[in-house]
Formats: sequence, C-alpha cells, structure tokens
Amino acid sequence: MGKLAAMTGNEAAANALRQVNPDVAGVYPITPQTELMHEFAAFAANGKVDTEIVLAESEHSAMSITVGAAAAGARAVTATSANGLALMWEIVYIAASSRLPIVMPEINRALSGPINIHCDHSDTMGCRDSGWLQIFSENAQEAYDNTLQAFRIAEHPDVLLPCMVTLDGFVISHTMEALKLLDDDVAKKFVGEYKPARALLDVEKPWTFGPLDLQNYYFEHKYQQVGAMRNALKVIEDVGKEYGKISGRSYGLSEGYKLDDAEYVVVALGSTAGTATVAVDEMRDKGVKAGVLKLRVYRPFPACHIVERLKGAKAVGVMDRSISFGLGGPLFHEIRSAAYGKLSTPMQSFIYGLGGRDITVEQIKGVFEDLKKTASGAPAETRYVGLRP
Amino acid sequence: MAINLKKLSERPDILAGGHAACAGCAAPVVMRQVTLAAENPLVCGCATGCMEVVTTIFPTTAWRVPFIHNAFENSAATMSGVEAAYRALKRRGKIPADKEINFIAFGGDGGTYDIGFQSLSGMLERGHKMLYVCYDNEAYMNTGIQRSSATPKGAATMTAQAGSVKAGKEQNRKDLTACVIAHNPAYVAQASPHNFRDLMEKVQKALRADGPAFMCVLAPCHRGWRFKPEDAIDVAAEAVETCFWPLFEWEKGKYTINYKPKEKKPLEGWLKRQGRFSHLFEPANRHIIDELQAETDRKWNELLKFEEMSKA
Repeated sequence: MGKLAAMTGNEAAANALRQVNPDVAGVYPITPQTELMHEFAAFAANGKVDTEIVLAESEHSAMSITVGAAAAGARAVTATSANGLALMWEIVYIAASSRLPIVMPEINRALSGPINIHCDHSDTMGCRDSGWLQIFSENAQEAYDNTLQAFRIAEHPDVLLPCMVTLDGFVISHTMEALKLLDDDVAKKFVGEYKPARALLDVEKPWTFGPLDLQNYYFEHKYQQVGAMRNALKVIEDVGKEYGKISGRSYGLSEGYKLDDAEYVVVALGSTAGTATVAVDEMRDKGVKAGVLKLRVYRPFPACHIVERLKGAKAVGVMDRSISFGLGGPLFHEIRSAAYGKLSTPMQSFIYGLGGRDITVEQIKGVFEDLKKTASGAPAETRYVGLRP
Repeated sequence: MAINLKKLSERPDILAGGHAACAGCAAPVVMRQVTLAAENPLVCGCATGCMEVVTTIFPTTAWRVPFIHNAFENSAATMSGVEAAYRALKRRGKIPADKEINFIAFGGDGGTYDIGFQSLSGMLERGHKMLYVCYDNEAYMNTGIQRSSATPKGAATMTAQAGSVKAGKEQNRKDLTACVIAHNPAYVAQASPHNFRDLMEKVQKALRADGPAFMCVLAPCHRGWRFKPEDAIDVAAEAVETCFWPLFEWEKGKYTINYKPKEKKPLEGWLKRQGRFSHLFEPANRHIIDELQAETDRKWNELLKFEEMSKA
C-alpha cells in the first residue's frame, strides 16, 4: 500500500496535489505556505504535473483566479496562510456561495498584528463562518491523506463546497516525518475525473455566475449552503472509509485516543492532539483515566458526534489555539453549546500556543490535573496555558 | 473584418434587452457594441457595478453568453482564471484544439482605475490572452455618484461636492490608458460609443491580438453628469470633438490617433451641458475651466507628439 517517504507537511500536501494534477492553481507566496508551492512549482518545472499555474500579484487575486477557473469548469486549487487568507476573505465567501469545490491547503499561522509567522489557528478560525469545509491534520501523513480526500468531499454532488485542509505552520508544514504515499495510479483513481455540472467554458450552454441576489432569493440560497454542510458530514465519513480500503488508514469526523473508558478528556485540533496522546499515556501510568478527542472536521461542526464521544467523561477540557476576543476559545464554546441539554459534564476552556508558543507534554499533563479539579466543582474560568504571569 | 452595419443588424444581441439600466445609459450601448464585434464564442465577466447589477438580477440574466461576476476589484483576476482554465482544458483535450473562445472582462472606472487597478496590472503582466474593457463613466455611479480617480477636475460628485468653499474634485483624472501602456500589452485603445465602427474594429483587433488587450471606452452617465437622458451618445461625441477623449490606439509602441477634429471645439461648451460642472461658471471658479482646458490641450499635444514619434 504505497511507499514510505520522509517529507515535511508541505511536501506531503504538495505530493497529494501532484498526484491529483489539478487543471489550475492560483499561487501567491506567504510563510509558512510558500514551501508547498515551491514543491508544486518544481513538479511543474519537471513535467510531473501540467497544471496551469497562475502566479498572482496577491492572495486576493490568487483566490479570484481560482474562483474564475473553477467556474470555468476546471479543478482548481490554491494555498495560503494567515494574512494571505485574510486578504482572500471576501472571495473565500464568494467561492463557497458559488458552490465551487476548490481545495486549499491552509497552513495555520497567527494573524497579524503584531506580525508573527508561527502557528496558531486564528486564521482558520476567522473564516469558520465562510461556508468552507475545514479539515484539520495532526501530522504530515494526515495532511497528505486529507488533501486527497478533500477533492472527493468537495466535488461530491451532495456537497459542492470548497474545502480547506489545515496543517499547523512549521510544527507540521516544516517538520520532516515518515509517511506513506499511495501509488500515483491508486491516488488518481481514488480522486477520479472532475465533471462539473455547469461550466463557463461550455459556451453552448451559457450560465450566469455570481448574479445579484436580493431579498426574494438570497435567504433560500444561504439555506442551500446549510443543507450542503449537513450532507457533508456523511460524505466525509463515507470518503474516509473508502480511503481506508485503499490506504489502510480510515478517517472519520474525529479520532479518539484511549477515549472509551476515559474520565478526563482533552479535545484538541491539529498537531496538539498528537502531543496530548503522550500526556495521556503518562497520566495513565499514574493511574489517571485520561483520553483525547482529536476533532478532525471542524466545519461542518459535528455536534451530535462530539456529544456521543464525550459521554461518560467526568470532565472535558477544550484546547483552543485562538481567541474570539470578548468571548474566549471558539472550539470550547461550540462544544459546550453542542452539549447543552445532553451532557452535564463540567467543561473547562484552555487557550494555548498563540503565535507559535510551544505546547509541551508537561503542560497538557497540567491540563489533566486541572480537569480533576474541574470535575470536583472548581470554577470553570478560561485558563491560559503557557502564558507568563 | 470590416464592420458591416447590415450584417451586424442580423446578429442577435449578446446583451439582451430588458435589463434594468437607466434609460439613456451609455454603458449597455458600449457593452452591446463590444460583444457584437466578437468573431468567436465569448465568455464575459464584469466587476461589481452598474452593469453587473442591472444585467443579472436573479433569476433573470441579460447575458446570452457565459458570464461571471465575482467581486468589485477582481474582474481581471477572475477572467484570468477563466482564461487559464481554457488553456489547461484545451491542452488536456477536454476542449477541442480548434475551438476558439474569446474572453472579455468588463469593469467601470471605479472597478478599474481604483479598486481593481492591481488586479488589472497583474493580468496584463502575466499576459493572459483576453480583452479588458473599462466603461468609463467618470465616477462611482452604482453607489450614487462618488468621486473616482477617473473623475475630471472640477466635477461635482457626492463625495467631492461643490459648495461655498469647495468646487468639486480638486485633482486631475488619472491617465489609466497610459498606465496600461506602461505594461507593454498586446493592444491598447480608447474609444467612444458614438463612433461604433471605430469601437468595434478596435474590439476585433484586440481579440485577435496575441496577448492582453485593453480598451477604455467613454460611457457618459446622465444621472451623474447631469445632462438630458437622450444626449448620452452626443455628449460622448462632443468629448471627442473637444479632444477631452481622444480616439487612439497603441500597438507595439506605436500610437495612432484615429480621429483628429478639423477644429478642436473649446471645452467650455461641453462642460456647459453637464450639471456636474455648472458651478464652474460662477466667476470665482472660472479659473478651473481654464485649467481643465489647459490640461486637455497638454494631453492632446502630448498624444500628437507620441504619434509623430511613432512615425519616426
């Protein structure tokens, strides 16, 4: 089932794009995404892909080009990070409402200001309401696997939504790991041909894309996006299972680690979920029944699924690598809202790792220690992990 | 191909009637002329603005060819993506090798001179084979007549008003056509809808050019300029007669002026028929008319010089 390789997360995602060989890529540099497109440009320069790479003059144009190409009927990709995503913002929403199945690796990086090039989730979280599917990756292997699956999910006729596959800046994007790539023909067969139902380049059947949509239709069109998000939950699970058959690595909406009998559960996104598994093992050695729920799919938000997986816990700690200022951790608030009326489990918000500040096994063990207090009724105010006093 | 009026009259309009533009608006006339001139199937795009709004009110569309509107500042980038997809799909055999499609991006002056300037520059520099047409009505008309960098000096708009201490826009307009020429594209022209033959021949040249082409077309707006609704085409014609809006083209470094009035009309008459300039005729503001005339003369003489240099 494929061959073993040593690659950074960026190289892994670039290799997924190489195997897909999309029709068009809209490209603009930003750290830490840049290396991904260096790799892809090298594939193009050496004839490994024949994608039409359009080197834009900004991320705003990179996303606009990608939207134009996708509306034209092409399989279109782009990639970005942080401020780049922020500059794309307006068109990120338009891509989703135009129901264009664009795939975009998003290399998580702190949003300015102050300027900082390192990992947190403020960029991705900022467009959680944009109508994009958002899938988080724990490591380079998942970055590769998720990128391949993203095409199948986004292009599914019941979904037709753009999909961002996120990987943590530097922690995953620039860290060399061992991973398995599918054979090229297996990957190509899995992703398949893209056959859009409507395309600008089908000049015999003219369609108008992006019309003015007023009070009498806009609301219904927005509700169609709600339905597509709902449909995506099942499609993501189906595609994840099918991917398991060809790769030996199945994917669902989330992944548990020692969750079945866990009394103290940490919920995390991305690379931190991996660090948390080590903390779980060390806590278990000390007799604490610890577990991790790694949320893979953030949009659509799998509320019922999360509640099911948290049943039985004495306390739940939710780790956010971003802040909704004036509110707190977005993931924490969404999970607590999902549990309302269904779970009486006390929940605690932990905010950590902003601007790339490291998160250690010891700190996550500290989170589990805190959760013991949470379970016995300690006031559940937001904790800031690793913040200097 | 020579523009033959009889043959043109037999072609169905690509921009259908029944759109919601104001009576007397020049912009749909410009769009109709541009699209009718194309000799191949078209895919069109347009920036947010009057023409996008009035031609695509869901569930209706006035476009009989594939059309995309994305946002305000990215008509050039969006159509770059469409054109790139065309090249990719053709190379991969998904579009037959002999299937020619022409690409036209439209934008108003706000979407082209101002907010879409960078996107336009990127498209020109990358060399996409497409035509960008700016329908220039010299202000943000869709949002209610605000000053753009295409607004002439002295014109009153809702954001640069004429009052007791201000006399409309204080700056001269940006010479966008010159900015585009600086990119060294395949073809550049200025046109006016009163001379449809000239305009349409330019469109055909632009679409045949082997690279990016740009046309700036004057599209008088009676709401913003404040003249009689039935006068739009005549106001455009007079702008050319005064040399305020020269008809010229630029190909491979050579300028050609397509029309030289036998007698250059003074600007004053043209200004007088437009309410946006009415305050200039008050004694305290008359100097602005002189300044506008001087700027128009300077630009015209410069163009004559450029044409002369092209012959050398």
